[in-house]
Amino acid sequence: MSSERITETPIIETRGLTRTFRVRDGLTRRTVVAVEDLSLRVDPGEAVGYIGANGAGKSTTIKMLTGILVPTSGEARTCGLRPVADRRRLARQVGVVFGQRSQLWWDLPVGDSFALLAAIHRLSPADAASRRDELVAQLELEEFWTTPVRQLSLGQRMRAEVAAALLHRPRLVILDEPTIGLDVLSKQRLREFLVAERREHGTTLLLTTHDMGDVERLCDRVVLVDRGRTVYDGDLAGLSRTVGAQRVMTVDLAEPVPATALALPDGASHVGEQGHGLRHRIGFDSERATAAAVLAAVSTAAEVLDLSIEEPDVEDVVRRVYASRR
Amino acid sequence: MRPYALLVLAGFRQQSAYRLAALAGLVANTTFGFLKVAILLATVEAAGGELNGYDAGSMAAYIWISQGLLGSVNLFGRTEVAERIRTGDVVVDFLRPLDVQGASVATEVGRNLFALLPRGIPSVLVGALVVGMTMPTTPLPYLLGAVSVLLGITVSVTTVYLVAATGFWLVETRGVQILYMVLSGFLAGLFVPISLFPAPLLALASATPFPSMLQYPVDVLSGRVEGLAALGLVAAQVAWLVATAALGQALTRRGRHKLEVQGG
Repeated sequence: MSSERITETPIIETRGLTRTFRVRDGLTRRTVVAVEDLSLRVDPGEAVGYIGANGAGKSTTIKMLTGILVPTSGEARTCGLRPVADRRRLARQVGVVFGQRSQLWWDLPVGDSFALLAAIHRLSPADAASRRDELVAQLELEEFWTTPVRQLSLGQRMRAEVAAALLHRPRLVILDEPTIGLDVLSKQRLREFLVAERREHGTTLLLTTHDMGDVERLCDRVVLVDRGRTVYDGDLAGLSRTVGAQRVMTVDLAEPVPATALALPDGASHVGEQGHGLRHRIGFDSERATAAAVLAAVSTAAEVLDLSIEEPDVEDVVRRVYASRR
Repeated sequence: MRPYALLVLAGFRQQSAYRLAALAGLVANTTFGFLKVAILLATVEAAGGELNGYDAGSMAAYIWISQGLLGSVNLFGRTEVAERIRTGDVVVDFLRPLDVQGASVATEVGRNLFALLPRGIPSVLVGALVVGMTMPTTPLPYLLGAVSVLLGITVSVTTVYLVAATGFWLVETRGVQILYMVLSGFLAGLFVPISLFPAPLLALASATPFPSMLQYPVDVLSGRVEGLAALGLVAAQVAWLVATAALGQALTRRGRHKLEVQGG
Protein backbone atom coordinates (compact mmCIF):
# COMPACT_ATOMS: atom_id res chain seq x y z
CA MET A 1 0.00 0.00 0.00
CA SER A 2 1.42 3.37 -0.93
CA SER A 3 0.13 5.17 2.11
CA GLU A 4 1.76 8.47 1.21
CA ARG A 5 -0.30 8.88 -1.89
CA ILE A 6 -3.50 7.95 -0.09
CA THR A 7 -2.99 10.52 2.65
CA GLU A 8 -3.38 13.26 0.07
CA THR A 9 -7.11 12.66 -0.33
CA PRO A 10 -9.34 12.55 2.73
CA ILE A 11 -11.37 9.39 3.35
CA ILE A 12 -14.41 11.44 4.18
CA GLU A 13 -15.07 14.96 3.03
CA THR A 14 -18.41 16.74 3.23
CA ARG A 15 -19.36 20.27 2.40
CA GLY A 16 -22.62 21.75 3.63
CA LEU A 17 -24.17 18.30 3.83
CA THR A 18 -27.86 18.62 4.71
CA ARG A 19 -30.74 16.20 4.93
CA THR A 20 -34.31 17.00 5.84
CA PHE A 21 -37.27 14.68 6.27
CA ARG A 22 -40.95 15.32 5.86
CA VAL A 23 -42.76 14.08 8.91
CA ARG A 24 -46.49 13.65 9.30
CA ASP A 25 -47.66 15.39 12.43
CA GLY A 26 -51.35 14.74 12.85
CA LEU A 27 -52.95 16.10 9.70
CA THR A 28 -50.19 18.51 8.79
CA ARG A 29 -46.70 17.78 7.58
CA ARG A 30 -43.61 19.46 8.84
CA THR A 31 -39.98 19.36 7.83
CA VAL A 32 -37.43 17.96 10.23
CA VAL A 33 -33.77 18.78 9.73
CA ALA A 34 -31.72 15.67 10.53
CA VAL A 35 -28.35 16.92 9.36
CA GLU A 36 -27.63 20.58 8.77
CA ASP A 37 -24.72 22.07 6.90
CA LEU A 38 -22.23 19.43 7.98
CA SER A 39 -18.66 20.00 6.89
CA LEU A 40 -16.43 17.19 8.01
CA ARG A 41 -13.04 15.95 6.95
CA VAL A 42 -11.56 12.66 8.05
CA ASP A 43 -8.09 11.68 6.92
CA PRO A 44 -6.84 8.14 6.34
CA GLY A 45 -5.91 6.36 9.53
CA GLU A 46 -7.97 8.54 11.84
CA ALA A 47 -10.33 7.09 14.42
CA VAL A 48 -13.29 9.39 14.91
CA GLY A 49 -16.03 9.07 17.49
CA TYR A 50 -19.17 10.63 16.10
CA ILE A 51 -21.38 11.25 19.08
CA GLY A 52 -24.57 13.00 20.00
CA ALA A 53 -27.97 12.35 21.51
CA ASN A 54 -30.55 10.15 19.83
CA GLY A 55 -31.94 12.01 16.85
CA ALA A 56 -28.88 14.23 16.52
CA GLY A 57 -28.39 13.05 12.95
CA LYS A 58 -25.57 10.53 13.38
CA SER A 59 -27.13 7.63 11.54
CA THR A 60 -28.46 9.89 8.81
CA THR A 61 -24.93 11.16 8.23
CA ILE A 62 -23.55 7.64 8.00
CA LYS A 63 -26.27 6.68 5.54
CA MET A 64 -25.42 9.66 3.35
CA LEU A 65 -21.70 8.88 3.51
CA THR A 66 -22.34 5.33 2.32
CA GLY A 67 -24.78 6.24 -0.46
CA ILE A 68 -27.90 4.80 1.19
CA LEU A 69 -29.63 8.14 1.69
CA VAL A 70 -29.61 10.92 -0.85
CA PRO A 71 -28.63 14.31 0.64
CA THR A 72 -31.15 17.13 0.38
CA SER A 73 -28.27 19.47 -0.38
CA GLY A 74 -24.54 19.71 -0.02
CA GLU A 75 -21.83 17.36 -1.10
CA ALA A 76 -20.09 14.28 0.21
CA ARG A 77 -17.08 12.30 -0.96
CA THR A 78 -16.21 9.00 0.66
CA CYS A 79 -12.96 7.29 -0.31
CA GLY A 80 -12.85 9.86 -3.10
CA LEU A 81 -16.12 8.57 -4.56
CA ARG A 82 -19.60 10.06 -4.86
CA PRO A 83 -21.62 7.93 -2.41
CA VAL A 84 -24.94 7.75 -4.26
CA ALA A 85 -23.67 7.59 -7.84
CA ASP A 86 -20.78 5.22 -7.04
CA ARG A 87 -22.56 3.23 -4.35
CA ARG A 88 -21.45 -0.19 -5.52
CA ARG A 89 -17.81 0.77 -6.04
CA LEU A 90 -17.79 2.47 -2.68
CA ALA A 91 -19.25 -0.62 -1.00
CA ARG A 92 -16.05 -2.51 -1.85
CA GLN A 93 -14.00 -0.02 0.16
CA VAL A 94 -16.24 0.52 3.16
CA GLY A 95 -17.29 -1.89 5.89
CA VAL A 96 -20.30 -0.93 7.99
CA VAL A 97 -21.82 -2.45 11.09
CA PHE A 98 -25.24 -1.24 12.17
CA GLY A 99 -25.52 -2.58 15.69
CA GLN A 100 -29.28 -2.88 15.33
CA ARG A 101 -29.32 -4.68 11.99
CA SER A 102 -27.78 -7.87 10.75
CA GLN A 103 -25.88 -8.39 7.54
CA LEU A 104 -25.63 -12.14 8.08
CA TRP A 105 -27.93 -14.75 6.58
CA TRP A 106 -30.28 -15.51 9.43
CA ASP A 107 -31.09 -19.15 8.66
CA LEU A 108 -27.65 -20.23 7.46
CA PRO A 109 -24.55 -21.26 9.42
CA VAL A 110 -22.20 -18.35 10.20
CA GLY A 111 -19.56 -19.70 7.81
CA ASP A 112 -21.98 -19.56 4.87
CA SER A 113 -22.42 -15.81 5.28
CA PHE A 114 -18.68 -15.37 4.92
CA ALA A 115 -18.56 -17.53 1.80
CA LEU A 116 -21.38 -15.41 0.32
CA LEU A 117 -19.76 -12.11 1.30
CA ALA A 118 -16.44 -13.23 -0.19
CA ALA A 119 -18.22 -13.90 -3.48
CA ILE A 120 -20.19 -10.65 -3.29
CA HIS A 121 -16.99 -8.67 -2.84
CA ARG A 122 -15.27 -10.79 -5.51
CA LEU A 123 -12.36 -11.75 -3.30
CA SER A 124 -10.00 -14.33 -4.72
CA PRO A 125 -10.38 -17.70 -2.96
CA ALA A 126 -6.88 -17.50 -1.49
CA ASP A 127 -7.38 -13.93 -0.27
CA ALA A 128 -10.79 -14.74 1.18
CA ALA A 129 -9.45 -17.80 2.99
CA SER A 130 -6.49 -16.03 4.59
CA ARG A 131 -8.56 -13.06 5.70
CA ARG A 132 -11.31 -15.33 7.01
CA ASP A 133 -8.83 -17.39 9.03
CA GLU A 134 -7.35 -14.22 10.47
CA LEU A 135 -10.76 -12.92 11.54
CA VAL A 136 -11.91 -16.28 12.88
CA ALA A 137 -8.80 -16.47 15.06
CA GLN A 138 -8.91 -12.89 16.31
CA LEU A 139 -12.63 -12.70 17.02
CA GLU A 140 -12.89 -16.32 18.17
CA LEU A 141 -15.59 -17.32 15.74
CA GLU A 142 -14.52 -20.96 15.60
CA GLU A 143 -16.87 -22.22 18.32
CA PHE A 144 -20.02 -21.13 16.48
CA TRP A 145 -18.82 -21.19 12.86
CA THR A 146 -21.34 -23.89 11.87
CA THR A 147 -24.22 -22.56 14.02
CA PRO A 148 -27.13 -20.88 12.23
CA VAL A 149 -26.99 -17.13 12.81
CA ARG A 150 -30.42 -17.04 14.47
CA GLN A 151 -29.10 -19.27 17.26
CA LEU A 152 -26.17 -17.01 18.21
CA SER A 153 -26.07 -14.96 21.38
CA LEU A 154 -25.90 -11.19 20.88
CA GLY A 155 -22.22 -11.10 21.76
CA GLN A 156 -21.41 -13.87 19.31
CA ARG A 157 -23.46 -12.25 16.60
CA MET A 158 -21.78 -8.87 17.01
CA ARG A 159 -18.36 -10.48 16.68
CA ALA A 160 -19.55 -12.17 13.51
CA GLU A 161 -21.06 -8.89 12.26
CA VAL A 162 -17.82 -7.01 12.76
CA ALA A 163 -15.84 -9.78 11.07
CA ALA A 164 -18.32 -9.75 8.17
CA ALA A 165 -17.89 -6.00 7.72
CA LEU A 166 -14.10 -6.35 7.68
CA LEU A 167 -13.80 -9.41 5.42
CA HIS A 168 -13.05 -7.36 2.30
CA ARG A 169 -10.35 -5.32 4.08
CA PRO A 170 -12.21 -2.01 3.79
CA ARG A 171 -10.21 1.22 3.99
CA LEU A 172 -12.98 2.79 6.03
CA VAL A 173 -14.86 1.02 8.79
CA ILE A 174 -18.06 2.59 10.09
CA LEU A 175 -19.53 1.22 13.27
CA ASP A 176 -22.96 2.43 14.33
CA GLU A 177 -23.48 1.47 17.98
CA PRO A 178 -21.31 -1.64 17.77
CA THR A 179 -21.33 -2.41 21.49
CA ILE A 180 -25.00 -1.77 22.19
CA GLY A 181 -26.37 -4.44 24.50
CA LEU A 182 -23.03 -6.20 24.96
CA ASP A 183 -21.68 -7.29 28.34
CA VAL A 184 -18.44 -5.85 29.67
CA LEU A 185 -16.30 -8.76 28.52
CA SER A 186 -17.71 -8.81 25.01
CA LYS A 187 -17.21 -5.06 24.70
CA GLN A 188 -13.65 -5.42 25.87
CA ARG A 189 -12.83 -8.14 23.34
CA LEU A 190 -14.38 -6.21 20.50
CA ARG A 191 -12.45 -3.06 21.37
CA GLU A 192 -9.17 -4.93 21.66
CA PHE A 193 -9.76 -6.45 18.28
CA LEU A 194 -10.51 -3.09 16.68
CA VAL A 195 -7.41 -1.52 18.19
CA ALA A 196 -5.27 -4.36 16.84
CA GLU A 197 -6.96 -4.20 13.45
CA ARG A 198 -6.25 -0.49 13.12
CA ARG A 199 -2.66 -0.88 14.26
CA GLU A 200 -2.05 -3.59 11.70
CA HIS A 201 -3.94 -2.27 8.68
CA GLY A 202 -4.15 1.47 9.28
CA THR A 203 -7.91 1.29 8.82
CA THR A 204 -9.86 4.50 9.21
CA LEU A 205 -12.61 4.24 11.80
CA LEU A 206 -15.82 6.20 12.20
CA LEU A 207 -17.79 5.21 15.24
CA THR A 208 -21.09 6.29 16.70
CA THR A 209 -21.80 5.23 20.22
CA HIS A 210 -23.34 6.15 23.53
CA ASP A 211 -20.57 4.38 25.36
CA MET A 212 -17.74 6.60 26.61
CA GLY A 213 -15.56 3.51 26.94
CA ASP A 214 -15.77 2.93 23.19
CA VAL A 215 -14.72 6.47 22.48
CA GLU A 216 -11.94 6.51 25.06
CA ARG A 217 -10.36 3.29 23.95
CA LEU A 218 -10.89 3.52 20.22
CA CYS A 219 -10.96 7.14 19.11
CA ASP A 220 -8.40 9.89 18.93
CA ARG A 221 -10.90 12.45 17.78
CA VAL A 222 -14.46 13.25 18.76
CA VAL A 223 -17.10 15.01 16.73
CA LEU A 224 -20.17 15.96 18.71
CA VAL A 225 -23.37 16.82 16.89
CA ASP A 226 -26.50 18.48 18.15
CA ARG A 227 -29.65 18.85 16.07
CA GLY A 228 -27.72 18.14 12.92
CA ARG A 229 -24.91 20.61 13.61
CA THR A 230 -21.34 20.03 14.74
CA VAL A 231 -20.81 21.55 18.16
CA TYR A 232 -17.42 20.10 19.02
CA ASP A 233 -14.58 18.67 16.98
CA GLY A 234 -11.35 17.76 18.73
CA ASP A 235 -9.85 15.26 21.12
CA LEU A 236 -11.79 13.57 23.87
CA ALA A 237 -9.92 15.18 26.75
CA GLY A 238 -10.79 18.55 25.32
CA LEU A 239 -14.46 17.62 25.21
CA SER A 240 -14.53 16.46 28.83
CA ARG A 241 -12.61 19.59 29.79
CA THR A 242 -15.07 21.91 28.11
CA VAL A 243 -17.87 20.55 30.28
CA GLY A 244 -15.84 19.52 33.30
CA ALA A 245 -16.85 15.89 33.05
CA GLN A 246 -15.28 13.80 35.75
CA ARG A 247 -14.67 10.21 36.60
CA VAL A 248 -15.93 9.31 40.04
CA MET A 249 -14.12 6.93 42.40
CA THR A 250 -16.09 5.37 45.21
CA VAL A 251 -13.98 4.00 48.07
CA ASP A 252 -15.03 1.92 51.07
CA LEU A 253 -12.74 2.43 54.04
CA ALA A 254 -11.92 0.15 56.98
CA GLU A 255 -12.65 2.96 59.46
CA PRO A 256 -14.61 6.22 59.23
CA VAL A 257 -12.62 9.20 58.04
CA PRO A 258 -14.00 12.74 57.71
CA ALA A 259 -13.86 14.24 54.26
CA THR A 260 -11.55 16.96 55.43
CA ALA A 261 -8.90 14.40 56.45
CA LEU A 262 -8.48 13.21 52.86
CA ALA A 263 -5.52 14.98 51.23
CA LEU A 264 -6.73 14.81 47.66
CA PRO A 265 -4.39 15.59 44.76
CA ASP A 266 -4.91 18.42 42.29
CA GLY A 267 -7.79 17.81 39.94
CA ALA A 268 -9.70 15.66 42.43
CA SER A 269 -12.56 16.80 44.61
CA HIS A 270 -14.80 15.28 47.22
CA VAL A 271 -18.35 14.82 45.92
CA GLY A 272 -20.09 12.88 48.68
CA GLU A 273 -19.92 10.50 51.62
CA GLN A 274 -22.02 7.79 53.24
CA GLY A 275 -21.95 5.79 56.47
CA HIS A 276 -20.44 8.68 58.47
CA GLY A 277 -17.22 8.64 56.47
CA LEU A 278 -16.98 4.92 55.70
CA ARG A 279 -17.71 5.49 52.01
CA HIS A 280 -16.50 8.46 49.99
CA ARG A 281 -17.15 9.54 46.45
CA ILE A 282 -14.32 11.44 44.83
CA GLY A 283 -14.54 13.10 41.46
CA PHE A 284 -11.40 13.58 39.42
CA ASP A 285 -10.38 14.86 36.05
CA SER A 286 -8.35 12.20 34.19
CA GLU A 287 -6.27 14.92 32.61
CA ARG A 288 -4.99 16.25 35.90
CA ALA A 289 -5.14 13.33 38.31
CA THR A 290 -4.74 9.60 37.84
CA ALA A 291 -6.88 7.02 39.61
CA ALA A 292 -3.68 5.73 41.24
CA ALA A 293 -2.87 9.15 42.68
CA VAL A 294 -6.37 9.50 44.11
CA LEU A 295 -6.20 6.02 45.59
CA ALA A 296 -2.76 6.66 47.07
CA ALA A 297 -4.01 9.86 48.67
CA VAL A 298 -6.99 8.10 50.24
CA SER A 299 -4.84 5.18 51.41
CA THR A 300 -2.74 7.46 53.57
CA ALA A 301 -5.86 8.33 55.61
CA ALA A 302 -7.28 4.82 56.02
CA GLU A 303 -7.13 1.28 54.65
CA VAL A 304 -9.19 0.96 51.44
CA LEU A 305 -11.41 -2.16 51.46
CA ASP A 306 -13.09 -1.73 48.11
CA LEU A 307 -13.33 0.72 45.28
CA SER A 308 -15.13 1.34 42.03
CA ILE A 309 -14.73 3.92 39.30
CA GLU A 310 -17.56 5.38 37.25
CA GLU A 311 -16.70 6.79 33.86
CA PRO A 312 -18.49 9.91 32.68
CA ASP A 313 -20.75 8.58 29.95
CA VAL A 314 -21.21 10.19 26.61
CA GLU A 315 -24.83 10.87 27.43
CA ASP A 316 -23.74 12.90 30.43
CA VAL A 317 -21.08 14.83 28.53
CA VAL A 318 -23.48 15.41 25.68
CA ARG A 319 -26.17 16.57 28.07
CA ARG A 320 -23.82 19.07 29.62
CA VAL A 321 -22.70 20.38 26.26
CA TYR A 322 -26.30 20.68 25.15
CA ALA A 323 -27.29 22.38 28.41
CA SER A 324 -24.52 24.92 27.99
CA ARG A 325 -25.81 25.78 24.53
CA ARG A 326 -29.41 26.46 25.51
CA MET B 1 -23.07 -13.38 -12.15
CA ARG B 2 -21.48 -15.65 -9.57
CA PRO B 3 -22.65 -13.68 -6.51
CA TYR B 4 -26.24 -13.82 -7.76
CA ALA B 5 -26.01 -17.55 -8.47
CA LEU B 6 -24.76 -18.05 -4.92
CA LEU B 7 -27.66 -15.98 -3.63
CA VAL B 8 -30.08 -18.31 -5.42
CA LEU B 9 -28.37 -21.19 -3.65
CA ALA B 10 -28.47 -19.32 -0.33
CA GLY B 11 -32.20 -18.69 -0.74
CA PHE B 12 -32.71 -22.36 -1.50
CA ARG B 13 -30.80 -23.41 1.60
CA GLN B 14 -32.46 -20.81 3.81
CA GLN B 15 -35.87 -22.11 2.85
CA SER B 16 -34.75 -25.66 3.61
CA ALA B 17 -34.57 -24.61 7.27
CA TYR B 18 -38.37 -24.59 7.39
CA ARG B 19 -39.29 -28.20 6.67
CA LEU B 20 -42.31 -28.43 8.92
CA ALA B 21 -43.78 -25.32 7.30
CA ALA B 22 -43.21 -26.96 3.92
CA LEU B 23 -45.08 -30.06 5.08
CA ALA B 24 -47.99 -27.92 6.26
CA GLY B 25 -47.97 -26.24 2.85
CA LEU B 26 -48.11 -29.61 1.14
CA VAL B 27 -51.13 -30.66 3.21
CA ALA B 28 -52.91 -27.40 2.32
CA ASN B 29 -52.01 -27.75 -1.38
CA THR B 30 -53.33 -31.30 -1.68
CA THR B 31 -56.47 -30.55 0.34
CA PHE B 32 -57.39 -27.71 -2.00
CA GLY B 33 -56.35 -29.95 -4.90
CA PHE B 34 -59.04 -32.46 -3.96
CA LEU B 35 -61.55 -29.63 -3.61
CA LYS B 36 -60.72 -28.42 -7.12
CA VAL B 37 -60.94 -31.99 -8.41
CA ALA B 38 -64.47 -32.29 -7.03
CA ILE B 39 -65.64 -29.02 -8.60
CA LEU B 40 -63.78 -28.94 -11.91
CA LEU B 41 -64.09 -32.61 -12.83
CA ALA B 42 -67.83 -32.38 -12.12
CA THR B 43 -67.95 -29.36 -14.44
CA VAL B 44 -66.17 -31.28 -17.20
CA GLU B 45 -68.56 -34.17 -16.74
CA ALA B 46 -71.59 -31.87 -16.81
CA ALA B 47 -70.27 -30.37 -20.05
CA GLY B 48 -70.33 -33.84 -21.62
CA GLY B 49 -66.77 -34.99 -20.87
CA GLU B 50 -65.06 -32.10 -22.70
CA LEU B 51 -64.88 -28.43 -21.79
CA ASN B 52 -62.97 -25.87 -23.90
CA GLY B 53 -60.39 -28.50 -24.82
CA TYR B 54 -60.15 -30.02 -21.33
CA ASP B 55 -61.13 -33.63 -20.66
CA ALA B 56 -61.01 -35.28 -17.22
CA GLY B 57 -57.34 -36.30 -17.61
CA SER B 58 -56.04 -32.93 -18.77
CA MET B 59 -58.17 -31.09 -16.20
CA ALA B 60 -56.65 -33.27 -13.49
CA ALA B 61 -53.17 -32.48 -14.84
CA TYR B 62 -54.03 -28.74 -14.71
CA ILE B 63 -55.26 -29.07 -11.12
CA TRP B 64 -52.30 -30.96 -9.73
CA ILE B 65 -49.55 -29.11 -11.54
CA SER B 66 -51.06 -25.76 -10.56
CA GLN B 67 -51.42 -26.91 -6.95
CA GLY B 68 -47.84 -28.13 -7.03
CA LEU B 69 -46.58 -24.79 -8.33
CA LEU B 70 -48.50 -22.85 -5.71
CA GLY B 71 -45.70 -23.20 -3.17
CA SER B 72 -43.12 -21.88 -5.65
CA VAL B 73 -44.98 -19.20 -7.56
CA ASN B 74 -45.52 -16.14 -5.45
CA LEU B 75 -49.23 -15.35 -5.72
CA PHE B 76 -49.44 -13.90 -2.21
CA GLY B 77 -47.39 -10.80 -2.86
CA ARG B 78 -45.30 -11.04 0.27
CA THR B 79 -41.50 -10.83 0.11
CA GLU B 80 -38.65 -10.40 2.49
CA VAL B 81 -37.53 -7.20 0.77
CA ALA B 82 -40.91 -5.53 1.42
CA GLU B 83 -40.45 -6.26 5.09
CA ARG B 84 -36.86 -5.01 4.91
CA ILE B 85 -37.97 -1.72 3.38
CA ARG B 86 -40.64 -1.36 6.06
CA THR B 87 -38.23 -1.98 8.95
CA GLY B 88 -35.24 -0.22 7.38
CA ASP B 89 -33.13 -3.38 7.20
CA VAL B 90 -32.85 -2.66 3.49
CA VAL B 91 -29.90 -0.39 4.36
CA VAL B 92 -27.80 -3.53 4.64
CA ASP B 93 -28.73 -4.44 1.06
CA PHE B 94 -27.67 -1.01 -0.15
CA LEU B 95 -24.31 -1.46 1.58
CA ARG B 96 -23.34 -4.34 -0.69
CA PRO B 97 -21.71 -3.98 -4.08
CA LEU B 98 -24.78 -5.62 -5.62
CA ASP B 99 -27.85 -4.56 -7.50
CA VAL B 100 -30.52 -4.44 -4.78
CA GLN B 101 -33.28 -5.72 -7.04
CA GLY B 102 -31.06 -8.45 -8.52
CA ALA B 103 -30.01 -9.68 -5.09
CA SER B 104 -33.59 -9.79 -3.84
CA VAL B 105 -34.87 -11.60 -6.94
CA ALA B 106 -32.04 -14.15 -6.83
CA THR B 107 -32.69 -14.97 -3.18
CA GLU B 108 -36.47 -15.28 -3.66
CA VAL B 109 -36.09 -17.49 -6.73
CA GLY B 110 -33.83 -19.75 -4.68
CA ARG B 111 -36.42 -19.95 -1.89
CA ASN B 112 -39.19 -20.75 -4.33
CA LEU B 113 -37.15 -23.40 -6.13
CA PHE B 114 -36.67 -25.22 -2.86
CA ALA B 115 -40.43 -25.43 -2.39
CA LEU B 116 -40.64 -27.63 -5.49
CA LEU B 117 -39.06 -30.45 -3.51
CA PRO B 118 -41.32 -30.72 -0.48
CA ARG B 119 -44.46 -29.18 -2.02
CA GLY B 120 -44.37 -29.16 -5.84
CA ILE B 121 -43.35 -32.66 -6.75
CA PRO B 122 -45.27 -34.43 -3.94
CA SER B 123 -48.49 -32.56 -4.86
CA VAL B 124 -48.24 -33.76 -8.43
CA LEU B 125 -47.44 -37.32 -7.29
CA VAL B 126 -50.39 -37.41 -4.90
CA GLY B 127 -52.69 -36.25 -7.67
CA ALA B 128 -51.27 -38.69 -10.23
CA LEU B 129 -51.58 -41.63 -7.84
CA VAL B 130 -54.95 -40.88 -6.26
CA VAL B 131 -56.88 -39.21 -9.06
CA GLY B 132 -54.91 -39.96 -12.22
CA MET B 133 -54.02 -37.40 -14.89
CA THR B 134 -52.94 -37.20 -18.50
CA MET B 135 -49.27 -36.29 -19.00
CA PRO B 136 -47.15 -36.06 -22.16
CA THR B 137 -45.36 -39.20 -23.33
CA THR B 138 -42.52 -37.43 -25.17
CA PRO B 139 -39.60 -35.66 -23.45
CA LEU B 140 -39.93 -32.27 -25.17
CA PRO B 141 -42.86 -30.92 -23.13
CA TYR B 142 -40.98 -31.78 -19.95
CA LEU B 143 -37.85 -29.94 -21.06
CA LEU B 144 -39.73 -26.88 -22.27
CA GLY B 145 -42.00 -27.24 -19.22
CA ALA B 146 -39.02 -27.03 -16.87
CA VAL B 147 -37.90 -23.81 -18.56
CA SER B 148 -41.44 -22.49 -18.39
CA VAL B 149 -41.78 -23.32 -14.69
CA LEU B 150 -38.49 -21.55 -13.94
CA LEU B 151 -39.66 -18.54 -15.92
CA GLY B 152 -43.04 -18.61 -14.16
CA ILE B 153 -41.39 -18.59 -10.75
CA THR B 154 -39.07 -15.77 -11.78
CA VAL B 155 -41.83 -13.62 -13.30
CA SER B 156 -43.82 -13.97 -10.09
CA VAL B 157 -40.77 -12.84 -8.12
CA THR B 158 -40.00 -9.84 -10.36
CA THR B 159 -43.67 -8.84 -10.24
CA VAL B 160 -43.92 -9.15 -6.47
CA TYR B 161 -40.74 -7.08 -6.26
CA LEU B 162 -42.79 -4.26 -7.79
CA VAL B 163 -45.23 -4.56 -4.90
CA ALA B 164 -42.31 -4.32 -2.48
CA ALA B 165 -40.77 -1.36 -4.36
CA THR B 166 -43.93 0.69 -3.76
CA GLY B 167 -42.71 0.59 -0.15
CA PHE B 168 -40.10 3.22 -1.02
CA TRP B 169 -43.05 5.61 -1.22
CA LEU B 170 -45.69 3.94 0.95
CA VAL B 171 -43.52 2.23 3.62
CA GLU B 172 -46.41 -0.07 4.53
CA THR B 173 -47.33 -2.10 1.45
CA ARG B 174 -49.94 -4.43 2.89
CA GLY B 175 -52.76 -2.82 0.92
CA VAL B 176 -50.90 -3.22 -2.37
CA GLN B 177 -49.99 -6.75 -1.39
CA ILE B 178 -53.63 -7.69 -0.75
CA LEU B 179 -54.66 -6.15 -4.06
CA TYR B 180 -51.96 -8.21 -5.75
CA MET B 181 -53.15 -11.37 -4.00
CA VAL B 182 -56.76 -10.83 -5.04
CA LEU B 183 -55.85 -10.23 -8.68
CA SER B 184 -53.03 -12.70 -9.10
CA GLY B 185 -54.72 -15.95 -8.13
CA PHE B 186 -57.71 -15.29 -10.33
CA LEU B 187 -55.87 -13.94 -13.38
CA ALA B 188 -53.03 -16.48 -13.15
CA GLY B 189 -55.56 -19.26 -13.57
CA LEU B 190 -55.35 -20.68 -10.08
CA PHE B 191 -59.09 -21.21 -9.55
CA VAL B 192 -60.15 -22.13 -13.09
CA PRO B 193 -58.03 -22.31 -16.25
CA ILE B 194 -58.08 -18.91 -17.96
CA SER B 195 -59.19 -20.58 -21.21
CA LEU B 196 -62.55 -21.08 -19.49
CA PHE B 197 -62.86 -17.30 -19.02
CA PRO B 198 -65.28 -15.35 -21.22
CA ALA B 199 -63.40 -13.61 -24.07
CA PRO B 200 -63.12 -10.11 -22.51
CA LEU B 201 -61.84 -11.51 -19.23
CA LEU B 202 -59.40 -13.77 -21.08
CA ALA B 203 -58.13 -10.73 -22.99
CA LEU B 204 -57.73 -8.85 -19.72
CA ALA B 205 -55.83 -11.70 -18.08
CA SER B 206 -53.55 -12.06 -21.12
CA ALA B 207 -52.64 -8.38 -20.82
CA THR B 208 -51.17 -9.02 -17.34
CA PRO B 209 -48.09 -10.96 -16.22
CA PHE B 210 -50.22 -13.30 -14.11
CA PRO B 211 -50.89 -16.14 -16.62
CA SER B 212 -47.11 -16.28 -17.21
CA MET B 213 -46.72 -17.31 -13.58
CA LEU B 214 -49.05 -20.29 -13.49
CA GLN B 215 -51.30 -20.95 -16.47
CA TYR B 216 -48.56 -20.94 -19.12
CA PRO B 217 -46.14 -23.22 -17.24
CA VAL B 218 -49.02 -25.61 -16.53
CA ASP B 219 -50.08 -25.59 -20.19
CA VAL B 220 -46.53 -26.22 -21.43
CA LEU B 221 -45.63 -28.86 -18.86
CA SER B 222 -48.89 -30.78 -19.19
CA GLY B 223 -48.54 -30.80 -22.99
CA ARG B 224 -51.92 -29.12 -23.43
CA VAL B 225 -50.15 -26.52 -25.56
CA GLU B 226 -47.45 -27.92 -27.81
CA GLY B 227 -44.95 -27.02 -30.50
CA LEU B 228 -44.85 -23.46 -31.76
CA ALA B 229 -47.76 -22.43 -29.57
CA ALA B 230 -45.83 -23.62 -26.52
CA LEU B 231 -42.80 -21.63 -27.64
CA GLY B 232 -45.14 -18.65 -28.00
CA LEU B 233 -46.17 -18.97 -24.35
CA VAL B 234 -42.53 -19.18 -23.25
CA ALA B 235 -41.75 -16.11 -25.35
CA ALA B 236 -44.60 -14.27 -23.61
CA GLN B 237 -43.10 -15.26 -20.27
CA VAL B 238 -39.70 -13.93 -21.31
CA ALA B 239 -41.32 -10.67 -22.42
CA TRP B 240 -43.08 -10.27 -19.06
CA LEU B 241 -39.87 -11.10 -17.22
CA VAL B 242 -38.00 -8.38 -19.10
CA ALA B 243 -40.83 -5.86 -18.64
CA THR B 244 -41.29 -6.45 -14.90
CA ALA B 245 -37.55 -6.54 -14.25
CA ALA B 246 -37.03 -3.26 -16.13
CA LEU B 247 -39.89 -1.61 -14.25
CA GLY B 248 -38.40 -2.89 -10.98
CA GLN B 249 -35.04 -1.33 -11.89
CA ALA B 250 -36.69 1.99 -12.62
CA LEU B 251 -38.74 1.93 -9.41
CA THR B 252 -35.67 1.07 -7.35
CA ARG B 253 -33.69 3.91 -8.89
CA ARG B 254 -36.48 6.41 -8.28
CA GLY B 255 -37.36 4.91 -4.92
CA ARG B 256 -33.83 5.32 -3.58
CA HIS B 257 -34.32 9.04 -3.70
CA LYS B 258 -37.49 8.68 -1.64
CA LEU B 259 -35.99 6.22 0.82
CA GLU B 260 -36.33 7.31 4.40
CA VAL B 261 -34.75 4.60 6.45
CA GLN B 262 -37.15 3.43 9.10
CA GLY B 263 -36.12 2.60 12.61
CA GLY B 264 -33.00 4.76 12.90
